[in-house]
Amino acid sequence: MIRNAIVIDATDTVATLLRDLAKGETVAAGLGEEVVTFPALGDIPFGHKVALHDVAAGAHIVKYGEVIGVATAPIRKGEHVHVQNVASLRGRGDLATEKETIR
Amino acid sequence: MSFKGYRRADGRVGTRNQVGIVSTVACANDVAQAIAAQVKGSVAFTHQQGCCQTPPDLVRVTRTLSGLACNPNLASVILVSLGCEGTDVDAVARAAAATGKTVEILRIQEGGGQARTLAKGLLLAQRMVMDASACERVECPDSDLVLGLKCGSSDTTSGLAPNPALGLVVERLTAQGGTAVMGEITEFIGAEHIMAAHAKDQATAQKILDLVARMEARAEAVGCDMRGGQPTPGNIKGGLTTIEEKSLGAIAKAGRAVVQEVCEYGERPQGRGLAVMDSPGREPELLTGLAAAGCNLIVFATGRGAPQGFPFVPVLKVTGNRKTWENLNDHMDLSVAEVIEGRESMPAAADRLFDTVRAVASGTLTKAEVSGYFKATDIYVTGPVI
Repeated sequence: MIRNAIVIDATDTVATLLRDLAKGETVAAGLGEEVVTFPALGDIPFGHKVALHDVAAGAHIVKYGEVIGVATAPIRKGEHVHVQNVASLRGRGDLATEKETIR
Repeated sequence: MSFKGYRRADGRVGTRNQVGIVSTVACANDVAQAIAAQVKGSVAFTHQQGCCQTPPDLVRVTRTLSGLACNPNLASVILVSLGCEGTDVDAVARAAAATGKTVEILRIQEGGGQARTLAKGLLLAQRMVMDASACERVECPDSDLVLGLKCGSSDTTSGLAPNPALGLVVERLTAQGGTAVMGEITEFIGAEHIMAAHAKDQATAQKILDLVARMEARAEAVGCDMRGGQPTPGNIKGGLTTIEEKSLGAIAKAGRAVVQEVCEYGERPQGRGLAVMDSPGREPELLTGLAAAGCNLIVFATGRGAPQGFPFVPVLKVTGNRKTWENLNDHMDLSVAEVIEGRESMPAAADRLFDTVRAVASGTLTKAEVSGYFKATDIYVTGPVI
């Protein structure tokens, strides 16, 4: 199957969509030549991210092989991963006293 | 490889040959703009700073204006001053004159107001443009390129195609002895450990980490989650979820080039190779900082489509987003969407980008230059207006 989403690093928990996908359509997420397929659980726009695995609330989200944030709710494989279920760990003046360090 | 540029008296190379009408304080902007509007071949740089600011900001404004006046894309310079500002106008003039170019100062209060200053400025600018027109382009090696790196109105395509393609160009340019300057310290947050690992030594790595910590502390001092400011609402619509994700895509535009030095905002790197310069990510301040650092060309990678250029440094727009290439074609100079579509390799896209850089450096106009979309300029300040 031709990929419609791209995985940048083997350790990533998300893939980036190369076109709009509607709920129920098949995500074909490619890392190099290897492609994995699973259904999209909701409508997800071009350029946005889809979960490659189930992710527990509080777990790190990984893209480029690096931590890009933390899940604020449980995320299921195939679900849209964005600001509604991921928070940043950095630039958080609101959390200044309980800041998590990822260096 | 080479391009055709204007070799200046100090040895630096311009990719453009304009007369700069540089305002030294916000209150002189109107006269600077009026001169440039009348004299073909001259161009104004205006901003909102230069008065009633704390000394560190006035020092930064003076340093930045000096860097702009020294930029080799300007054959000569007229400084337009009100006469009572905090900017050290004489220091700016001395810095520019030291490069061997002609510099004149017009002071509106001493000169008898707008009308008389404008008349004097028009005559000066006309003579300067005629003198500059005698300059000819000569063959210059790629190593005379001083490339500014910028990404803006980013989306997730930025980190997939245009930024990595630019990264390859930077690796090749710096390997040939060329120079690149990267700012946008806000967009190192979450990726600073990677940039620090690219530093030439531990001291340089620590300077990078310190700049990022300073920028993040400044944002956190407001007491809010900075999301919405960084990443921007447009970034978020484009699929970027956090500053960490935006940063990891943004730093790709320097590739794996070695960071040779770390500069303050508007400061010219002392050596060649890749330099990191303190600056926020916002266009009006960042593009000015790159021009003040001596960049003779800026490559601007964009996802959603940023139109801004700069008055006297060509800003080449490259996008990896097919929709943006089609919808905002009057602002885009090059597409590398082919990489994301699986129709072109990254090295082949980098070849096309480097070829376009050489063409623009040799005189091919960018869309922003043709449309005159370069007037939203400013200088970065960190203190209050007082």
